[in-house]
Amino acid sequence: MSALTLAAQDSATMFGREIKHSIRLLRLLIVSAVVVPVVMLLLFDYILGGTIGHGLGDAARGAPYIDFLVPGILIMTIAGGCGPTAINVSMDMTGGFVDRIRTMAVTRGAVLAGHVGVSVLRMLAGVAVVTAVALLLGFRPKASVGDWFAVVGIAAAFSFALAWLSAALGLVTKSVAGANGSTLPLSFLLPFLSSTFVPVDSMPAGVRWFAANQPFTAVVDSLRALLSGAPAGSSAYLALAWCAAIALVSFLWAQAAFRRGTGDMIRST
Amino acid sequence: MNALTDHKPRTAVSASGLRKTYGKKVVLDGIDLSIGEGEVFALLGPNGAGKTTIVRILSTLIPADAGAATVMGLDLRGEAGAVRRVIGVTGQYSAVDDLLTGEENLLLMGRLRHLPATERRARATELLERFDLVDAARQTPATYSGGMKRRLDLAMTLMGRPRLIFLDEPTTGLDPRSRQTMWQIIRELVSEGVTILLTTQYLEEADHLADRIAMLDHGRIVAEGTPEELKRRMPGAHIRLLFADAASREKAARALNESTRDDEELVLRVPNEHGIQSLRAVLDRLGDDVAVEDLSIHTPDLDDVFFAVTGNVNKEKN
Repeated sequence: MSALTLAAQDSATMFGREIKHSIRLLRLLIVSAVVVPVVMLLLFDYILGGTIGHGLGDAARGAPYIDFLVPGILIMTIAGGCGPTAINVSMDMTGGFVDRIRTMAVTRGAVLAGHVGVSVLRMLAGVAVVTAVALLLGFRPKASVGDWFAVVGIAAAFSFALAWLSAALGLVTKSVAGANGSTLPLSFLLPFLSSTFVPVDSMPAGVRWFAANQPFTAVVDSLRALLSGAPAGSSAYLALAWCAAIALVSFLWAQAAFRRGTGDMIRST
Repeated sequence: MNALTDHKPRTAVSASGLRKTYGKKVVLDGIDLSIGEGEVFALLGPNGAGKTTIVRILSTLIPADAGAATVMGLDLRGEAGAVRRVIGVTGQYSAVDDLLTGEENLLLMGRLRHLPATERRARATELLERFDLVDAARQTPATYSGGMKRRLDLAMTLMGRPRLIFLDEPTTGLDPRSRQTMWQIIRELVSEGVTILLTTQYLEEADHLADRIAMLDHGRIVAEGTPEELKRRMPGAHIRLLFADAASREKAARALNESTRDDEELVLRVPNEHGIQSLRAVLDRLGDDVAVEDLSIHTPDLDDVFFAVTGNVNKEKN
C-alpha cells in the first residue's frame, strides 16, 4: 500500500471513530450546536429585537430584525462547535490516546483530520437545523440559488478554520476543562464584538475599530449580504481570506503540537 | 547445534549515553542499556528516577538530548517509522477510548495496524477471551474496574503482534488480585518469545518477572544484573535493632563493633551469618542494660540491594 492510501485509510478510520463519538455524545452536542443558538435567536429576536430593530435604521434595509440577526446566529452556531472539538481533542491528548497513536505506524495527520472533518460536519449540521428553525420563526432570506451556494461555502470555510483552531487549542491546553475554557472567547466574546447582533457603527470608538476589522464581522457581513440578496462584494473575499489565514496558522500550530505530543508535560518519570 | 538454535540471540534494545534534561533538571544522566531478544528487562526505581522517560525515548515519543539507540536493530532517530511497526506500548495511564466499547477499542487498533478485516475480528475475539473481557466486550470502559482497563489497554497493544512491548508500571494502583492476573499475562507473553521492557517501583514485581534488572536512581543506572546477581551483592542476612534513644544505640554500637548504623533512625544492623547462633551472641553481648525497642531478622532481598546502592536507607519499609 502506498503512503497515500495508508493516509486515506488512517484518516477514514479516525473519521469513523469521531462519528461514533458524536453519535454517543449526541444529546450534549445538540445542546451546544442547536439549543444554545436557538435560545440566543429567541432572546435577541423576541426579547431584545423590538428595541434593537427600531435602532437599526438603514442597516436593516427595511427588513425585520430577524433577517439581520440570523446570519449572526449562524456564525454563533459554528463557533459553538469549537468547545466540543477542543474537548474531544484534549481528551485524546490528556488521556494518552495521542501518545498511543504516536508510538504506532499511523499517518501523522490522521487523528486531527478525523477530528476536524467531523467537527466541520457537526457545525454545518447545526447551521442547517438552526436555519430551518429560523425559517419557522419568520426569517425570510432573499438569496438566489447561487447566493445559497456561496453561503454554504463561506459557512464551510469558517467551520474549517474554527475547527483547526479548536483542535490546536485542544492540543496545547493541559486539561479538558482548560480546553473548553480556551474556546469561550470564540463562542461568546468575539461574536458580541462583531456585527453579529448590531452594526459596528453603533459601538464606542475603540471597540468599533476592533469589531469592524475582526474576522467574525467579515464573515457575518458577507453572509448577511448574501442572505438578503444584496451584492456581497468584497466582504465575501475578505471572509474567505480570513478563513484561509486562520485555517493555515491553526493547522501549522496543531501539527507542531501533535508532533510534540505530551512531550514535556512529564506526568511522571 | 540443532535447527532451533541457529538464529543467534539478537539485541532487542541497545542504547548508549542517553541523556535528557528538562530546563535545569537532569532526568537522564547517561543511560546505557542492552536488552536481548526474548528477555524481560525491568527498569526499577522510585518515582522521578527516569523510568518513564527512558520508555518515552525508546518508544519514539520524545527525542533524547544526547546518545544513540537501536530498537530491534532499527535506529531510533533515522527509522522511527519502522520502529513503530515492531513495538507496542502500554503506559501507566490506561489509554483506552472511553466512548468506544472494549471490542470497538480493539477493532480500532486493528484498523490502525492495517490488519485485514477478518484477521482484525479474529484477533479481537481471541484477545477478549484471553484477557477475560468477553462479558465486557460490548460495554464502554467507564464500567470497567482498574484491572480490566489495564487488560484492555494491553490487549490493544497486542492487536498488532509487537515483538517488543514496553510496559510502563503495568500494575501501579492495581489490587493484589489484578496484579497477579497481570503477572500471569506477562509471563504468557514471555513464553511466546516477546521481548518486554518493564518499569516498576515494586521490587517484588521485578524479582518476580524480570530476567534482568537495571536499578535506576536520579537518572542513572546504579546497579544491573539478574535478580540473583543483585542479591548476591548484598553482604548477607542481618539483624536490625531499633533503639529508644541515641545513648542506648551508642552503648550497643560499642558492644557490637561489627555493626553498621543508620543515622536517620536509631538503628543498628548486625551481620547475621549464623542464624540463631549469631542472634544469641548479639543478645548476650548487649546484656541487660541496653534498651532495645525492636528487633527484626532480615534476609537480603532486592529492597536491600536497592537501598544499599542508592543510599536511601531512610525510605526503608518495616
